[in-house]
Amino acid sequence: MPEFDFAQPTSLNDALDLFAADGEVRALVGGTDIVDQLKTGRRNADMVVDVKRIPELQRLELTDDGLHIGAARNLTDIAEFPPVVSDYRGLADSSLLIGSWQIQNRAGLGGNVCNAAPSGDTIPALLSHDTVAVVASKSGTREIALSDFFAGPGQTVLQKGEILVELVLPLMQENSASSYLRFIPRNEMDIAVVGAGSFVQLNPSNNTVLKARIALASVAPTPVRARAAEEVLEGNALTDDLIEMAAVAAVESATPITDVRGSAEYRRELVKVLTRRTLGICRDRING
Amino acid sequence: MHLKVNDESLEVAVDAERTLLSVLRHELGLMGTKYGCGEGNCGACTVLIDGEATRSCITPVTSAGGREITTIEGLANGDELHPVQEAFVEHTAFQCAYCTSGFIMSSAALLDRNPSPSDAQIQSALSGHICRCGAYGRILKAVKSASGEGGAE
Repeated sequence: MPEFDFAQPTSLNDALDLFAADGEVRALVGGTDIVDQLKTGRRNADMVVDVKRIPELQRLELTDDGLHIGAARNLTDIAEFPPVVSDYRGLADSSLLIGSWQIQNRAGLGGNVCNAAPSGDTIPALLSHDTVAVVASKSGTREIALSDFFAGPGQTVLQKGEILVELVLPLMQENSASSYLRFIPRNEMDIAVVGAGSFVQLNPSNNTVLKARIALASVAPTPVRARAAEEVLEGNALTDDLIEMAAVAAVESATPITDVRGSAEYRRELVKVLTRRTLGICRDRING
Repeated sequence: MHLKVNDESLEVAVDAERTLLSVLRHELGLMGTKYGCGEGNCGACTVLIDGEATRSCITPVTSAGGREITTIEGLANGDELHPVQEAFVEHTAFQCAYCTSGFIMSSAALLDRNPSPSDAQIQSALSGHICRCGAYGRILKAVKSASGEGGAE
């Protein structure tokens, strides 16, 4: 690896001082992306800051205002956290798809988010849950809707000196569920050809959709919401026909490229299939 | 910096940008942990950090400071092989054996958490390991036999 300075702060304030310093300062969580990127020169760093020992970044807690997940918390812990297992199932689905078990033991949720890969598996799941990113710098903290967090492939809206502290997912309402699926040619250590995360909240008395969220990975420069598909769903009864209409509408939000993993045409077809399937899984999960 | 490897406390003078794998092999002479792909894909470099299976080739050594690191050399209890090691020998669960220490470390971590895993759970836990000789069938048998439900065949 190229040379860099290394720091391992144990408090958020110490970390913020380090991130405010001149030069390229990069956060290390599990290192499963950044170490490889540093080795191969795809990212550079004057200083690497291991943020895993900062208590705020290890938070994993369900409170009155939502599920708080510290940016450095590893994916295995998250996927095994009882509220995630029972309610935030799209997040569990996606966490358990990343890399392999050995990677999940290391990789942090905030790392997957800040790496900002168009294919980042947890991101559609988080977007489908209306997740908010809590960001800190020496001048204070601010909240950013995760849908406004991504600026391009590998790029976020974080400013110099800012770090992601935690992700907050709103409390789950009754009769709601989420799901994430991706398509890959094999079951592990691969990158999504397309990923889709859905969230549905139903009115149980008439089966109409109160709220729908659909987000897609690997079909645009950043993970994207499929807003047209959400609009198709909301206010209408969740029938097979409606799911099909939403699946078709989701394709409007996809602007995929053709690359080694799949053609643009193939990806558009996958958007339809995965949207349909995740909506069906949400319905099954709501109905128990 | 301070490293705790196989129950031994060590002081090593290393640069921050070294990987744990590089330090284990070249500073501490623990050659049982292998360099495969160098990018966290193949599983050959797997060690335990605080009991969790971890890729040492993408773990900066500094982030393992103060943690309990276990390598294949530290798995046996004195002269007594770990049950997973015994099972790999028993089933000849290798051909060239380059991948073996990684497979064994993940299998040991799995059985520590779940003494009686299903076939699917074993496959899932080991799915991040590649064996280019294709000894997968024997590896699965070995892990199964080392598990609570296994026993001798």
